[in-house]
Amino acid sequence: MASAISVSGLHKSFGRTHALDGLDLEVSPGEVHGFLGPNGSGKSTTIRVLLGLLRADAGGVRLLGGDPWRDAVGLHRRLSYVPGDVSLWPNLTGGETIDLLARLRGRVDRGRRDELVERFRLDPTKKARTYSKGNRQKVILVAGLASDVELLVLDEPTAGLDPLMEAVFQQCIRELRAEGRTVLLSSHILAEVEALCDRVTIIRLGRTVETGTLAGLRHLTRTSVAAETSAAPTGMRELPGVHKVRVDDRRVEFDVDTEHLDAALRRLAELGVRSLRSRPPTLEELFLRHYGDELAGDQGEPGPL
Amino acid sequence: MTTLAGTGGLVRFILRRDRVRLPVWVLSISVSVLGSVASFASTYPTAADRQARARVLDSPVASLFVGPGYGLDDYTYGAMTAQEMLPITALAVALMSIFLVVRHTRAEEESGRADVVRATAVGRHAAAVATLAVVGGANLLLGVLLAVALPLSLEGLSPGGSVAFAAALTGVGLVFTGVALVVAQLSRAARAALGAASILMAAAYLLRAVGDMGGGALSWLSPFGWATETRAYVHERWCALALPGLAAAMLSVAAVAIGGRRDVGAGVLADRPGPATGPPLLGSPWGLALRLQRAALAWWTVSLLGLGLVYGGIAEEAGELYEDVSAIAEYLERIGAADAADQYLALTFFVSALIGAGYSVQSALRLRGEESAGRAEPLLAAPVSRWRLAGSHLAMSLGGGVVLLLAFGLGAGTTRALSAGQVSELPRLLGAALAYAPALWVFTALATALFGLLPRASGAAWAALAALAFVGFLGPLLRLPDWAYDLSPVEHIPRLPVAEFTPVPLVLLTLVAAGLLAVGLAGFRRREVGAT
Repeated sequence: MASAISVSGLHKSFGRTHALDGLDLEVSPGEVHGFLGPNGSGKSTTIRVLLGLLRADAGGVRLLGGDPWRDAVGLHRRLSYVPGDVSLWPNLTGGETIDLLARLRGRVDRGRRDELVERFRLDPTKKARTYSKGNRQKVILVAGLASDVELLVLDEPTAGLDPLMEAVFQQCIRELRAEGRTVLLSSHILAEVEALCDRVTIIRLGRTVETGTLAGLRHLTRTSVAAETSAAPTGMRELPGVHKVRVDDRRVEFDVDTEHLDAALRRLAELGVRSLRSRPPTLEELFLRHYGDELAGDQGEPGPL
Repeated sequence: MTTLAGTGGLVRFILRRDRVRLPVWVLSISVSVLGSVASFASTYPTAADRQARARVLDSPVASLFVGPGYGLDDYTYGAMTAQEMLPITALAVALMSIFLVVRHTRAEEESGRADVVRATAVGRHAAAVATLAVVGGANLLLGVLLAVALPLSLEGLSPGGSVAFAAALTGVGLVFTGVALVVAQLSRAARAALGAASILMAAAYLLRAVGDMGGGALSWLSPFGWATETRAYVHERWCALALPGLAAAMLSVAAVAIGGRRDVGAGVLADRPGPATGPPLLGSPWGLALRLQRAALAWWTVSLLGLGLVYGGIAEEAGELYEDVSAIAEYLERIGAADAADQYLALTFFVSALIGAGYSVQSALRLRGEESAGRAEPLLAAPVSRWRLAGSHLAMSLGGGVVLLLAFGLGAGTTRALSAGQVSELPRLLGAALAYAPALWVFTALATALFGLLPRASGAAWAALAALAFVGFLGPLLRLPDWAYDLSPVEHIPRLPVAEFTPVPLVLLTLVAAGLLAVGLAGFRRREVGAT
């Protein structure tokens, strides 16, 4: 089956700024695909190209088998878009805004709409100008989730939501996946991506640096190990692929590249393991590893989360 | 005082933000006044010319458009300046003050930017006081400019009279600075504050006009009346300047007091809950455009209907007055001689079309407003084509223009039919008003072409309208060359009901409008959309 989204070698410049510099993105039908990158790396620009709001300078872009610039209207019948930073019509109520956007996409399911309003605890009678950031976000989320579409394009959809609403959102996405819908989820909340996504694409400076399943990506990175041994833990530092070794009497903690995990564990066994904790790399560590040099250069901006 | 902390910084900030806007307001107003006044010398070279002009204005009806008529018996250039320039310029000064005040108070709060500012070491009253300082300063600067430059622009304008004239304008500006500051406290929406302050301004102007028509007592209730009662250049009454000073001070103190008691971002008037579901109308871009623009269209319609009722009612009297006066007669020559009331009505249809063009431009530019606020994006991300999105607002602009012309024609036709005792006047004048529709469409189309091709320069549509209105109103006074008139779509419409109806210019203007619309829509389809 053809890809739901297929982007290859996408370039886009604004004046002298190269926002996208050969970006690739593949999203298969039925998957929830995480789209990660630091601020200003080109996530929203990519999404706006996918929506036909911006025109690609170069590169191939296919969305649901069509050209997003030429076939915009036809394609938009089959997708929902939820931006993270939305401005609503100040004197329309939340309910009116939801109905407007849902009707424009066609096929309004009253029951589903009301159920979502209920689940997100949204008061639909308030004028948009009086909503808080989180409530504005709920309006656009409900409008996006209420439509019966094949593809959801979500650009930091939970910005401003509280943890309870975040949980509701994750539940909704799981339901959509179970129904076989495709989701492109751009997010800064790595825990959210980790909980929801089958595959992720990580971009940086307008270029794709990593793409694959979470399990696959973990192979590329390190596992954290903490152990207590009978003998003093010596010789760990000399092992290949072992990093950040901290020894405290009989306790040792270190990170190890996945391909060298086996050798490291053998060495531990020789020392006599009395307790062992190991943790697979989190997405955050994965992410930070890709941007580690940026962090080293600029301590002022810690990674997201 | 800690509640004023940071005021100086905010003043500099406002000056920085409006480093273009402030000079444009002040200079365009002063240059219009000085240019018009300078032209008096060539238009009315002799005392006899001026006296002839004075005779036209010596009527209650004239008070609607000019001052109460001080110094008409010896109509010097000074008296002429005060009589003919003061009320209209005072309107411009009031508008400048209202727009600037709302922009730096309520609009900042509504956008949420005020929260960020107030979270710094900035006092509760700082924003209001800084705005007062800047806008009050702009009014004072305008006054000083005019007081110095007026005697230089035309021989015979006394320095003392010029100071009174300029001070009267500054007074009106300061009063409406205060009015806008108070109104900005009341509602959460900047748009509503602008609307309310503008309505108060229009009401004050009408109060002055009605007062001057009948004795002048009512005029003392209006800031515009205080301005004309300074009797600049005739017999200056300096004490009349105390009233605007006092009123401005009281309004400013009231605004600061209300502002200090309410929450940031909140209005004094609370928001009511609205419907939980969208009405069936809100299911298409057309419905949304209608919903977004209907309030504005309603206000415009009521205003033009009212204007039509007034003009139709006074047509007989006004027509006779205007008949034998050189400047107006020359103007009427461009139209062709006919029944006096008809000549006057033809002039009012022309004026109403220029006013209606204001709606056409405003309504079409709503497209740009929605785009730069980021509200075009959620629609275009839904299955809504660029054509439909643009078409929805353009339909409001094209159709709304026709509604306005009909409202004006209906008003003028009704009162004219009543006063002339002929029912046939109604359809005749309705038709005459409607003839201007293609001219309004050209304005819609011009705004659309700018929106499609040069979105950042969309505001130039307003500049074009202002320039063409200038040609329309002051062209005969300044004896502009013919090509200046040819540029204006309104000038090409046959001056019904005086001139004979010919369809050719209407068809041609419609084609021009269609061409510009096509260019604009094609440009919009092709360009990128963004909130920039």
